[in-house]
Amino acid sequence: MSAATAGPAAGQGGPTEGLPPALAEIVEDFHAVSEPERLQLLLDFSRGLPALPPRYADHPELLEPVPECQSPIFLLTEVDDDADRTVRLFFSAPPEAPTTRGFAGILAEGLDGLPAAQVLDVPGDVCSRLGLDRAVSPLRLRGMTGMLGRIQRQVRESTAA
Amino acid sequence: MPVPTDPSPALADYAHPERLVTTQWLADNLGAEGLVVVESDEDVLLYETGHIPGSVKIDWHTDLNDPVTRDYVDGEGFAQLMAAKGISRDSTVVIYGDKSNWWAAYALWVFTLFGHEDVRLLDGGRAAWLAEERETTTDAPSPAATDYPVVERRDEEIRAFASDVLGHLGNGPLIDVRSAEEYTGARTHMPAYPEEGALRGGHIPTAESVPWARAAAEDGRFKGRAELEAIYSGEKGLQPGDDVIAYCRIGERSSHTWFVLTHLLGYDKVRNYDGSWTEWGNAVRVPIATGTEPGDAPARRA
Repeated sequence: MSAATAGPAAGQGGPTEGLPPALAEIVEDFHAVSEPERLQLLLDFSRGLPALPPRYADHPELLEPVPECQSPIFLLTEVDDDADRTVRLFFSAPPEAPTTRGFAGILAEGLDGLPAAQVLDVPGDVCSRLGLDRAVSPLRLRGMTGMLGRIQRQVRESTAA
Repeated sequence: MPVPTDPSPALADYAHPERLVTTQWLADNLGAEGLVVVESDEDVLLYETGHIPGSVKIDWHTDLNDPVTRDYVDGEGFAQLMAAKGISRDSTVVIYGDKSNWWAAYALWVFTLFGHEDVRLLDGGRAAWLAEERETTTDAPSPAATDYPVVERRDEEIRAFASDVLGHLGNGPLIDVRSAEEYTGARTHMPAYPEEGALRGGHIPTAESVPWARAAAEDGRFKGRAELEAIYSGEKGLQPGDDVIAYCRIGERSSHTWFVLTHLLGYDKVRNYDGSWTEWGNAVRVPIATGTEPGDAPARRA
C-alpha cells in the first residue's frame, strides 16, 4: 500500500481545496500525523462533541436520524435569520459509538457558525480527504458522508425562498 | 502451553465448554503466561475509549479483511498480524467485543480458518465486563513481537462460497440469521443500519429464519444449552450431524450462530457463508424467495 491512497485522487487539488477554513485546518491536522495518531485525533473529536442544549435534549424527536451510520446518531441544523444565514449544528450520539461521535465532532467544529452558502458548498467527498480510509475503512466513512448530506439538505430546505 | 479452561458450572453443559470463559475467570487469569486477550468491535474506536487491561485490538475490517480483494488476509498477512499482536501459535486467545460478541465471533471464526487451536470467547463480551464494573484502561500494550508461522488458510471446512450454497439448495439446511424484515425482503439491511448495497431483497430459497439474537440472553451472554436446542433442533429440526450453512448480510452475525451450533451444541459440519446477502442479493440469476416461507429449492438447470 502506498501512502498515496490516503490522499485525494491525482489530478485534483490538495485535500483542503474548496473547504472552509476551519474544516481545512482539521483536514491538515489529520494529514500531519501518522495513521495510529489519526485514530487518537478522531477520538479527541468524539470526546469534544458538545452536548445537546436542553431545548433539544428534552425533545429528541426533533432530531433527524442518520441511517447511513452503523450506530444511532441524530442531528439537527438551525439557520439564523441574519444576513449570512448562519448555520448551527446539533448532534446526539451515545458514548459507545465513538467513531460516529468523532465524525459528528469534526462536522461540528468544521461547519458550526458558518454562513449557509459555505455549508452548501462543502464538497461531498470531504470525508474521504481526512486520510482515514485505511485506519477506519471507507465503509464506516460512508456514515460521515451521510451526515454531511443530511446537514446540507436541511440547510437547503431552511434557506429555500 | 494452553491456559487451563474455565471450570465454571455455568459453561459445563455446552458441547465444548473450553471455547468459552466467564468474566470472573478472565479477571482471575489476566496476565497468565500464554494468554492473549483480544478485543474486536464493530466500532473501530471503542477499544481506545477503554479496554480490558493488557488486551490488544484486532479490527475485522482493517486487520482481518484483505484491503483489495473481498476476502480475508492470507497466511502471510495473518502471521504478520499475530506477530504484531504478540500471539504465538500455541497462545490461548480469548476474544471479546461489542454487540453481543458479533465481531468477536467473527474474529474467532477467522482464527479458526487459520487453524489457531486455542481460541475462546468471553461470554457476554464487552458489555458484561463493563456491567460488572471490572477494570479497564486506555493504556495500549506494546507486546513483544512473536514468531507466528505462515499457515495456509483452510476455507473448505467452515466457509461456504456462493457456488457451494447453490449446490446445497435442496440437499441440506440453510439458516438465515438476519432480522425478519431482511428475511422477507421488506428491507435489504438491518433496521437503522447503513444500506450496504444489495439490489434485491428476500432470502436464499429453503433457508429457515433464525435471527442470531435468539441465541443470546438479555445480558448478551449465550442462552443455556437446553434453550438453544429447543430453538435449533426442536423448532427447526436440525441435528448435530447435519451439513448446515449459515448466512447474514456480510457474515458477522452468522459467525455468532456458527459459534453456537459448532461449539455450544457440538455440530461438526457448519459453514459460514460470508458472502451472505451482500453477495447473493446482487448476483445475477440466483434464485431468491420472498415472504415468510422458506420456499422451494429450484429445479436444476440442465
